[in-house]
Amino acid sequence: MRYLPNSPAERAAMLEAAGHRSIEELFQQIPENLKLRGQLNLPGPLSEPEILEFFRQAASQSSRECVSLLGAGAYTHYRPVAIDALLSRGEFFTAYTPYQAELAQGTLQAMFEFQTLMTQLTGMEVANASLYDGSTATTEAVLMALRITGREKVIVARTLHPEYRQVLATYVRHQGIEAAEIPYAPSGQADLSQLEAALTPETAAVVVQSPNFMGALEPIRQIAELAHQHGALSIVSITEPLSLGIIQPPREADIVCGEAQSFGVPVAYGGPYVGFLSCREKFLRQMPGRLVGQTTDSQGRRGFVLTLATREQHIRREKATSNICTNQSLCALAATIYLCLLGKKGLKALAEHNLAKAHYAAEQLRAVPGVSTPFSAPFFNEFVVKIPGDAEGLLAALREEKIIGGLNLERFYPELQNHVLVCVTETVSREVIDRMHEAYRRFQARANSQRSAAEIHSASVGRD
Amino acid sequence: MENRIRHARTHITRNEDLIFERTSPGKSGVELPPLDVPSVSAAEVLGADLHRDEIEGFPEVSELEVIRHFTRLSTWNYGVDTGLYPLGSCTMKYNPRVNEVVARLEGLASDHPYAPESLTQGCLRVLYETARCLAEITGMDAVSLQPAAGAQGELTGILMIRACLAERGNPRKYILIPDSAHGTNPASVTISGYEVCNIKSNTQGCVDLAELDRAMTEDVAGLMLTNPNTLGIFEVQIREICELIHARGGLVYMDGANMNALVGIARPADFGVDVMHLNLHKTFTTPHGGGGPGSGPVAVKHFLEPYLPTPVIEQVADGTYRLNHNRPKSIGRVRAFYGNFGMAARALADILANGPEGLRQTTEDAVLNANYVMTRLKDLYDLPYDQPCMHECVFSDRRQAARGVRTMDIAKRLIDYGFHPYTTAFPLIVAGALMIEPTESASKAELDGFIEAMRSIAQEIEEDPQFVLKAPYSTRVSRLDEATAARKPVLRWKP
Amino acid sequence: MYPQEFLYSKDHEWIRVDENIGTIGITDYAQKELGDIVFVELPKVGDHVTAKESFGTVESVKAVSEIYSPVDGDVVAANAKVQASPELLNADPHGDAWLIRVRLEDRSDLEGLMTAEEYEAYISQEKAH
Repeated sequence: MRYLPNSPAERAAMLEAAGHRSIEELFQQIPENLKLRGQLNLPGPLSEPEILEFFRQAASQSSRECVSLLGAGAYTHYRPVAIDALLSRGEFFTAYTPYQAELAQGTLQAMFEFQTLMTQLTGMEVANASLYDGSTATTEAVLMALRITGREKVIVARTLHPEYRQVLATYVRHQGIEAAEIPYAPSGQADLSQLEAALTPETAAVVVQSPNFMGALEPIRQIAELAHQHGALSIVSITEPLSLGIIQPPREADIVCGEAQSFGVPVAYGGPYVGFLSCREKFLRQMPGRLVGQTTDSQGRRGFVLTLATREQHIRREKATSNICTNQSLCALAATIYLCLLGKKGLKALAEHNLAKAHYAAEQLRAVPGVSTPFSAPFFNEFVVKIPGDAEGLLAALREEKIIGGLNLERFYPELQNHVLVCVTETVSREVIDRMHEAYRRFQARANSQRSAAEIHSASVGRD
Repeated sequence: MENRIRHARTHITRNEDLIFERTSPGKSGVELPPLDVPSVSAAEVLGADLHRDEIEGFPEVSELEVIRHFTRLSTWNYGVDTGLYPLGSCTMKYNPRVNEVVARLEGLASDHPYAPESLTQGCLRVLYETARCLAEITGMDAVSLQPAAGAQGELTGILMIRACLAERGNPRKYILIPDSAHGTNPASVTISGYEVCNIKSNTQGCVDLAELDRAMTEDVAGLMLTNPNTLGIFEVQIREICELIHARGGLVYMDGANMNALVGIARPADFGVDVMHLNLHKTFTTPHGGGGPGSGPVAVKHFLEPYLPTPVIEQVADGTYRLNHNRPKSIGRVRAFYGNFGMAARALADILANGPEGLRQTTEDAVLNANYVMTRLKDLYDLPYDQPCMHECVFSDRRQAARGVRTMDIAKRLIDYGFHPYTTAFPLIVAGALMIEPTESASKAELDGFIEAMRSIAQEIEEDPQFVLKAPYSTRVSRLDEATAARKPVLRWKP
Repeated sequence: MYPQEFLYSKDHEWIRVDENIGTIGITDYAQKELGDIVFVELPKVGDHVTAKESFGTVESVKAVSEIYSPVDGDVVAANAKVQASPELLNADPHGDAWLIRVRLEDRSDLEGLMTAEEYEAYISQEKAH
């Protein structure tokens, strides 16, 4: 097997040195009746070309011929090639967790830079070196708030990503925590009057997403004020942090968390992604996940180490703040490289492009008779369209154009029939938007003529 | 001190500031294509108070500087590609390059998790096949790839135990964990709403059956154990252990971190294990990446299948694949979407490359390598459990401690010899532990270099312990002040 | 080495009793075992502590230890100097780095504690392991 570096002669020499006559002797400690008889029933071994062929086959049965207007927590953005060039360096991707700091200053400094970039983006004072993904980061933020306040209730906006809400439910179910949901207002934002009514002295935190699942920007200042009036923390989860390139960060919040996949991490059918969590300095000791700190060595040289490890599982064990053992280091590195490449001007320009494209698309679609954008709140690169017809049919028609037109919201919000969540990033050209517009028109025209025909028919039937 | 170091020499590496210190206004590393739609005024569209003018402190550098910056940083790291990484329980094995290529194929790297299933059959197939192979390897009946890492896999497994017992009428209160367990075990238990009950190991470092008998009551939901255990020793009484737990209505969770000792040789399902997790970043070659991402799939016996996280991937009669969200008994989701797809693709590529023979040979080599190292060092380092080990061996620093040198100091001196340290101070049941797992990805020559280094250090400790205490000498930074880093944390750059 | 006027617990805390006020700290043995101390978490004035139960934590870089109260009582003082400079606990665990002062409720709590001699014998046993 080509990955194994020892020859039969070398194996024999080691076996002898170890004082055994055969490999079987090495496994003597396993009772005979527990050993596998025969071989595993698995495919392979395959040579390298055969492996590539297998996966190329799989890759051909994909949506790669289509342009995707899907967002909903996973965003298709252009990834500069320098990212993979750097990520592919073995010293980065085959390195272990940087517990032995003298041999891992590369990883540690990069993570320190990641932490810094995240605080700059979110307006918070500290950030950790990443968590698994946005859904678990948001859950960890809630667990933090519960620990900090000592309270047992949480208020969660219905416009927080539905799967994030499901993950939160799984984590709090057995800890006696109550999570109440507040609805959204006609604007598409969290309903502030409902929020006010729901807040009690037992509320540990209010959780919203901004831009929210509908694409709407939440009124963070008011939400944070309401939360603070009741002694609760304000948690803001951000699934599309590119928005922070031109939108003010939620500075009034206590914890800003979310998903950094937009920054140079491929959509890759759902993972691996990279969660982030940042907060005010006073909550530092309650933060989950790894933290990289700056320090000096015995010669006074600057260096970086994992720090405040006593919060973590390998020391606190059952009293740990979380059970997380890993960060998403390589994905966080990708995000760091991406943000450094784009930089101050580039991130802003990219955000402006996204804003412009999405607003152009919204305008084009609104121009189609019967199509509306029902939510009035400002949006970044995602918005909802309502169509007076069958959303599934429309999306199928768009697929004929090799366009994945968006997400049928009925899947997560049964009250929103025939609403589609559309995300337009810099990867969607004007040509595609215009073609989509045309496809919408044709679909509406067909639907209209079918309806007219039906009306004429039923009218004529009625006359008889 | 005469220079006995044969496998390493110092070399110049460039210093590199923080990227923020290299910044200069007006630079960018990316150019965007021209905007092909009318631009909009952000201030108008968002409202002036929501509009952000600029991100203070954000770097401004060219593409070249980004490449040099991160290239220089990478030269300060040690990786599996560099050499042996004898970290116990981490399984630092070769990360095959073809895995990286397949995971990046367009069509696999670019599919959106909410794209219509008719258009993502390739991704679904990869997930399905990976799950099927892992089920075969473990002997279990069903696998979920949703958990993002081993710790999440543990949580998932314990939640499923809870759901199953709750449906039977009583979820119970405690989970038993051996004192040799990894730290994530008790943390995961607490989140599931159980209390941890530690049980002491016997003199062989294994689960003590008499202790288990005492501890296993009607209030105990189950036992979490690692097999082989964290000492690299196989729990020979595993069948009896499982039977005992089952007889009193409990379930057995196995931490699969040490599967590198078992693949192709024995299957946890045959031990009586009900649920377990695997670490793709350990046994199945997905890269550690400097600390993640990992992947911690769970594998279960069929009676636990209904409780798996939602959705599950199924193959229907016509051979196509679909996601089934209709799972009323599921524990729910432990994360958004379906799991670390990219890691599953890499693991599958590795399984295909090996086939059954390769996987078995890999395990044999891993166990042989560990035994070879153990035999060649046990005259100089104290071996608390002197018996053939599996894929890892554990020494203690007892002899060296008598000269004032502890496991961490030996580890730091090992760095000067060109090797990454082994795992220090774990498991907790061995005082001053040196946990060594060479994996199969070590040639005899590499192992001999490591053995020679460890033997030389043992001699240095005899001759001049003070010298060893101040190691490492050859690294870019010497021992870092961790106390100050914790007392006065500096966690971000400030201008 | 270990002050005669203190009493000692098996968990390596010491207590000095003046009338009905007990000053509590951790012993030199404990600070040595922990290594460089980086953080101390203490209760607030007015909090109640219970004999044999944890009232706070002492953290080093690699370990966290619960601190157990030898007695029942109400906290009348918590050492702010130690909280601000945890390294004091390594330097002067028996003096300047006392942790809390409590008003004792029940002097019988003191009966199970060790004298300085007994404590020194106890720790030389621990070291032998």
